[in-house]
Amino acid sequence: MSSPLTRFKAAVADATSNEARRDFIYKALGGYYVSRDKNKNNFRDWQKARECAAQTKYESLNNLAEELEIFSKKIEGRGGHVFFASTPSEAREYILKVARDNGVKKIIKSKCMTSEEIHLNDALEAAGTEVVESDLGEFIQQLRKEPPFHFVFPCMHVKRDEINTLFQENIHSRDTNNPAELTMIAREYLRQKYIDADMGITGANFIVARDGMISVTENEGNSRLSAAMPKIHLVLVGIEKVVPRLEDLALFLPMLATAGAGQPLTGYNTQYAGPRTAENPDGPEQFHVVLLDNNRTQLLADAEHRDALHCMRCGACLNVCPVFKNIGGLSYGTTYQGPIGSLITPHLRGTKNWQHLSYSSSLCGACTQACPVKIDIHDHLLENRRNAATLAPSILWKMIFFGFNFIFAHPKLYALTFKIAKKINPLTKLAGKVPGTLLYGWTGTRKLPEPPKSSFRERFAEHKKQDLSVR
Amino acid sequence: MACVKILERLGHKVVFPERQTCCGQPPHNTGYWKEARKSALRALDIFEDAEVIVGPSGSCIAMMKDGYGDLFKGTEHETRAKALAAKTFEFTQFLVNKLGVTDLGAAFPHKVTFHDGCHGLRMLKAKHESRALLAKVKGLELVEMSEAESCCGFGGTFSVKFPKISTAMVEKKVASILETGAEYVTSLDASCLMNIGGYAAREGLPFKTIHIAEILASQEA
Ligand code: SF4
Repeated sequence: MSSPLTRFKAAVADATSNEARRDFIYKALGGYYVSRDKNKNNFRDWQKARECAAQTKYESLNNLAEELEIFSKKIEGRGGHVFFASTPSEAREYILKVARDNGVKKIIKSKCMTSEEIHLNDALEAAGTEVVESDLGEFIQQLRKEPPFHFVFPCMHVKRDEINTLFQENIHSRDTNNPAELTMIAREYLRQKYIDADMGITGANFIVARDGMISVTENEGNSRLSAAMPKIHLVLVGIEKVVPRLEDLALFLPMLATAGAGQPLTGYNTQYAGPRTAENPDGPEQFHVVLLDNNRTQLLADAEHRDALHCMRCGACLNVCPVFKNIGGLSYGTTYQGPIGSLITPHLRGTKNWQHLSYSSSLCGACTQACPVKIDIHDHLLENRRNAATLAPSILWKMIFFGFNFIFAHPKLYALTFKIAKKINPLTKLAGKVPGTLLYGWTGTRKLPEPPKSSFRERFAEHKKQDLSVR
Repeated sequence: MACVKILERLGHKVVFPERQTCCGQPPHNTGYWKEARKSALRALDIFEDAEVIVGPSGSCIAMMKDGYGDLFKGTEHETRAKALAAKTFEFTQFLVNKLGVTDLGAAFPHKVTFHDGCHGLRMLKAKHESRALLAKVKGLELVEMSEAESCCGFGGTFSVKFPKISTAMVEKKVASILETGAEYVTSLDASCLMNIGGYAAREGLPFKTIHIAEILASQEA
């Protein structure tokens, strides 16, 4: 199989040449900026709110082990089950076992990026279980046999007409490209799936540790149905999603909605705390929480980049990222796309195979500016580059920078280089016509600047001379 | 030379240390920090004695003000780097925030749009200074482009490592510029302008690039 870098480059070539799709993404996000900025005004002070959120996440991560301990005691005290999974395979096995032990044949799922991370659907289907995604975007992506394009808006790249065709072909619906009707079609189809499901799987946006709850944010109500109708509710969530107190949600819920979707508050925010009991007959018969590590503790041990675990997957950094908007989410080949994905994937899946993501950024910093929990995303991308260059330096770049330092350490040589560069300019232009070279990376689409008639140092020296003669 | 002229007109003595070359941003930006420290250390030595250091480049100044802090963190040069950062200024910020000047008596009778380069904007928080200066230029009509704060796609070595992404970004930038109908696009950064201009020249687009200092140094014909 080709390397992630090769696949990335091919996907990028494909995506960037699709101008219509790029325009579509730009347009789709146009309204978001306006509503995000408007809703930021609901906060007395957005910058203070960010600081407060970052501080809260910092605290939770500093006490992560204790917080998770408290959380799991609370859940277990109410008759729920908590499973700590170090690896994706441990998580999958646990979930498969729960399914097997309870004779589960059909599963309804609501949006859960962590399940994408462990390729849960594939494992469940391989075991003969039917899995249906209930979030409209995820449902569309499931029918398209494609991973999410954006971890908050999974099918933002798909046009109405395409959904119409997709539904007609897969669920035999009538011909329409009216969004309301398309939504109704999916809704009708999914209703029966909730009723038939033996188990519901959801993710969680927050683990409210000290109250022993998980909190789920959604707009469609599908998550509530997935959790409420089947006999078993299983939650799969990354260990970093902790906030200590229920009160913290008063900040995080509106912040998540505003930063990620430009909404004042998301349609539904629901907290789940365990299975039904004799005193409290609401809720599922069984309640399971699978807490996934999958190298998050390794990132926790990295003092420089630990704040990457603050992430609440709001998607704001993707929405503002010019790289994301031009190459689209599928090009990354990762579970988490965009700036945060480029930052954490080398940590979670290895620098060697994923360092190119840290380099495929202009480091413009729009992500850092947008991030509600103040993750220093673009600086971390640069530090990822440093780590990569230290781990396995490229001979070519080493040579380039050796020459660079040599010339720049000798100003006379530097001045001479300028003169030579001017002389050989036609040659450089010719060399720029050779595809595949670094230079062609520039000249393939851009002209090289014409060298000025004289260098700044020459002109400055001349200027000083004249100055003196006047005096 | 535009900067020199302006500063001298304002009565400052401008010194250009012949030995200066590069601040070390290219290797820093590519992850080769050891190599970057070499260049950066030279800059520390050369500029140490200056009263203030002014540069007409958001990007290089951001490197010296912001990047050096990380680059020299925990080394013996950390304090020197901090001292240098404190007296280094981007050209427009120096004029407006330090000298308190906005009217330079410049004239530039053209329709102009402004590109907010990322380093100047996000690392140095430079935004209002350029607008204040341009507002005082006689005959100049400033038309803001949509997404003025969006990156032009240059990103140093990124532009040659991932030319497809970089080009896609400059295409979007250029579309915003064209929408304004401006004759000139200006910026604090020559590197952004080289990128935008390089693309525009190749495509034969009807606008020119010009550094803000050159506009500010322009006088009535
Ligand atoms: S990194 Fe920040 S902006 Fe990006 S998804 Fe996470 S919380 Fe949101």
